[in-house]
Amino acid sequence: MSLLNIRNLTVEFATATGAFKAVDGVDVSVDKGEVLAIVGESGSGKSVSMLAVMGLLPDTATITADEMTFDGRDILRLTPAERRKLIGHEITMIFQEPVASLNPSFTVGFQIEEVLRLNLGMSRRDARARALDLFRSVGIPEPETKLNAYPHQMSGGQCQRVMIAMAIASNPRLLIADEPTTALDVTIQKQILDLLMSLQEDYGMALILITHDMGVVAETADRVVVQYKGRRMEEADVLSLFENPQHPYTRALLAALPENATGDRLPTVSEFLLAEDMK
Amino acid sequence: MTVIVEGRGLTQDYHVPGGLFGRAKTVRAVKGVDFRVERGKTLAIVGESGSGKSTLARIIALIDPQSGGTLSIEGQPVDISRRRPSPELRSKVQMVFQNPYGSLNPRQKVGDVLMEPLVINTSIPASERRERAEAMLKRVGLAPEHFNRYPHMFSGGQRQRIAIARALMLNPQLLVLDEPVSALDLSVQAQVLNLLADLQDEFKLTYVFVSHDLSVVRYIADDVMVISKGVAVEQGTREALFANPQDAYTRQLFAATPVTDVEAIRARVARRKQARAAAAV
Repeated sequence: MSLLNIRNLTVEFATATGAFKAVDGVDVSVDKGEVLAIVGESGSGKSVSMLAVMGLLPDTATITADEMTFDGRDILRLTPAERRKLIGHEITMIFQEPVASLNPSFTVGFQIEEVLRLNLGMSRRDARARALDLFRSVGIPEPETKLNAYPHQMSGGQCQRVMIAMAIASNPRLLIADEPTTALDVTIQKQILDLLMSLQEDYGMALILITHDMGVVAETADRVVVQYKGRRMEEADVLSLFENPQHPYTRALLAALPENATGDRLPTVSEFLLAEDMK
Repeated sequence: MTVIVEGRGLTQDYHVPGGLFGRAKTVRAVKGVDFRVERGKTLAIVGESGSGKSTLARIIALIDPQSGGTLSIEGQPVDISRRRPSPELRSKVQMVFQNPYGSLNPRQKVGDVLMEPLVINTSIPASERRERAEAMLKRVGLAPEHFNRYPHMFSGGQRQRIAIARALMLNPQLLVLDEPVSALDLSVQAQVLNLLADLQDEFKLTYVFVSHDLSVVRYIADDVMVISKGVAVEQGTREALFANPQDAYTRQLFAATPVTDVEAIRARVARRKQARAAAAV
């Protein structure tokens, strides 16, 4: 049975010019211990559907779904107390801008201990010890010293490690990572992806990776959902997707990768869409 | 072949003033870099953040003066700290920046964006300026009716087209492109790369292309310079460098770049299956 199951999810935003459908009838499911990549370009609604799960969308958003369950529990019908127990405990999330995700006024140690004390009810002393453990497991050098550092004293890669440490503090069963490496250099990106993959295996948690980068998908995913303009174009296991893409949009996206260039010109996705419209 | 731009031992120092608690210090961001680019060729400068690649680009684009070494444009040594570049020299070298949202003035209409270089550097009359701007809009894949619109009315890819059009208004020899496609979606990136390739053929342009993305570099460059901590650790033709990287840092960069190759994915999926089977036992 799948851990997270979403059927026919639609998210509409009320705007000055009328309703805007950011997500249009999308199905997402992820199994225990599975790595699912949701890939799409900007405006594809890839982040919005996961923000809907986390309850992080603004009031202007209307969320409807035939089903939205986590481990059999209906996410849409949770009481606020139940929701607080689920989100941030069993489902956690990290974001694209690690430096912006942290509060600049407090040390990273204080921020991670706050999570442990408030969410898990630990004492200050226990929280300190656990924070140190977590810093070690996400590979932060000199963890004792770094607990007292402020976010601006750390690099982007280290801040993302801190965010990951916070996200795994409660041993979640599902971690949602929204473009976790987009702001980072390639060598740091590799370190962070390797870290996420090894944590995912060690903790046996499911991982949903939201990205626009086909390279990241190729290096991490078990299964892939391709989204475009709020709709799901294709879903496949990672090997079939790259080896034998079924949907014309996926094919166009893969052809637009510079490393797949044949000849002088890169086929562009809009050329594909034009060709589609002609049909 | 004519050498359009050449650098010899280029260095750049940044002076960090001392504050209440710290002493003043000097940071050498570029530590003696040599290169030359021939007409119609593309030199890609590859590096990670803090490598000094953008600092070098700003020197080549005549925006910042170098601290040491010589920069020559078409064989003429240029030092903008001694003498302001002439309009003629400015026309030869133009730059396109990474972020098309930040590099266009939000209060300036697209037409004015394109005509401004002509106003500053040439004595072309107003009517002809407008004509040229409209022709250039068409050339980069926009329409003359975009002339009176503001930058916020355009998408990221369209804005980068506007930035490229602005850079081309003075018929430059050399275009310095600092991460021109990094902020763009994959499909839009492909369009802009195609446009750059077409324009290079048409106007015999020389490119210095700064990027962190090896797959883009492999697609667009003739020669590649890998820069790390201000030092050019490796330089060579694209074929040589990608086929047989010599420097340890270059290899590390290559190893970190994700591959979308089907065989690599097959191998990874197989490894994962094995690890899972082992864990289950």
